[in-house]
Amino acid sequence: MTTGILLQIAQTLAAILLAPLLMGWVNQCRAWLQGRSAPPITQPYRTLRKLFHKDAVIAHNASPLFRFAPYMIFACMALAAGIVPTIANDLPFSPAADVIALVGIFALARVFLALAAMDIGTSFGSLGARREMLVSFLAEPALLMVFFTASFISQSTELPIIVQALAHKEFVIYPSMAFAAVAFWMISVAENARIPVDNPTTHLELTMIHEAMILEYSARHLALIEWAVALKLFTYSALGIALFLPWGIAPQGDPSALPLALLAMLLKMAIGGAALSLMEAISAKLRLFRAPEFLGTAFLLGVLGMLIHFLLEV
Amino acid sequence: MSLTYHLQIVNLLAALLLLISFAMLSQRRIVGLITLFAWQGAALTLSTGLIAWSTGQHHLYYSAGLTLLLKVIGIPWFFFRLVKKLDVDRDVEPMINIPTTMLIGIVLVIFAFNLALPISQMSGTVMRSTLGIAMACVLLAFLMMITRSKAIPQIIGFLSIENGLFFAATSATYGMPLVVELGVALDVMVALFVLGIMSFQIRESFDSMDLKHMEKLKER
Repeated sequence: MTTGILLQIAQTLAAILLAPLLMGWVNQCRAWLQGRSAPPITQPYRTLRKLFHKDAVIAHNASPLFRFAPYMIFACMALAAGIVPTIANDLPFSPAADVIALVGIFALARVFLALAAMDIGTSFGSLGARREMLVSFLAEPALLMVFFTASFISQSTELPIIVQALAHKEFVIYPSMAFAAVAFWMISVAENARIPVDNPTTHLELTMIHEAMILEYSARHLALIEWAVALKLFTYSALGIALFLPWGIAPQGDPSALPLALLAMLLKMAIGGAALSLMEAISAKLRLFRAPEFLGTAFLLGVLGMLIHFLLEV
Repeated sequence: MSLTYHLQIVNLLAALLLLISFAMLSQRRIVGLITLFAWQGAALTLSTGLIAWSTGQHHLYYSAGLTLLLKVIGIPWFFFRLVKKLDVDRDVEPMINIPTTMLIGIVLVIFAFNLALPISQMSGTVMRSTLGIAMACVLLAFLMMITRSKAIPQIIGFLSIENGLFFAATSATYGMPLVVELGVALDVMVALFVLGIMSFQIRESFDSMDLKHMEKLKER
């Protein structure tokens, strides 16, 4: 039990500390693919340090919610990172929330971010918040469909049991999971504010969604939000790995598999980040009103995955 | 589940066929549509070849080869040339908008799966559960023919129906006899040429590939 708790703490800390590294890796790959000279892979850490050293500027009419929101968002993401099995499976913390509650945790962070964006009363803030709500209310049911497909296969909504069923039993090809994987990819692109739904580097009012919401933040608040964004990308990657490429995650009570699990996790994350930047480099940003179509397709693929499961795999 | 690996891969390819059918339904450009059609043919070839290998039905190899020649190489090449000659590669807005079409598509898939359930229980092949997917592909291709107004997407929809029927035959009864299959292949070729020549004629008479113009054809 003690080793379990230690492992839990180690895994959560590793997620929090490695998340900016993944972000830096994605940025580096994208710069290479676009033919620019790339920033160093540690650039997100430097940005975070710089932001933590600055003095915060807060609008006069900001309510306490505005100050409180970054801590809340960061805490939500750290909690989610603790629940998803990245290195070891079935840690003491994971029964705290199943996949449906996990979707709820992401939603909680999003609600606070949107509220904080509207709190100041600038037009950009409320514009960004509305767009974010448009994207997320379409992405959430699609995400649930993906989780339901995985749950039907493993007969449980608990992540450790899903990973157990997919990784440590006899290898079977699940066509339904192929559909779910494509759907999950599209959802995580939308949820993490990447191209083609949102562009993380732009500040053009016609296109920005996520950036519009955090325009009023500065210094440590901004640092926490940036860190939470990196952590969200990390958690989604870990979730995708746990659902679709779970081989290598150490089973419960097997410390000897841990080094290999860590190595496998790093390798899979590196490949996933490179793939993400490749997709970003070859696709153009969608018009905002095409985003519902994009997410509608993701929902459709999730539903199709479930139907295929009933047809082919029962 | 106690299926062998190659049958699992056939199942995966069947799912891929359905995915490509949906992609065709949502595709706006004609060139993209032709590429997707070629991919559908490739998935069909692979699955037929795998079924032939796993069940020892040798005539299926010929069907797979015929599919490869005709549907992956021949027809797409013909269409690419046709599109180039007619110069019609532009975005086509379908008559019903795409999200609605997709939703109708899901309803069709559910309908096809339920329809195929009793039939596949009567069939004795190992691949019987993919019959529902084959029927869904046929219905989705029908839907594509209905929602498009241009001539070439309609022809592709027609050929895609044939793909679905071919897959249905393979999954329900290990394919039709070779003579029938050769006949069907010949029919498809002839249909293709007739439709190709007809699209030139349509273009010549109406100055457009939009079949809506043909509805106005009335005797005065």
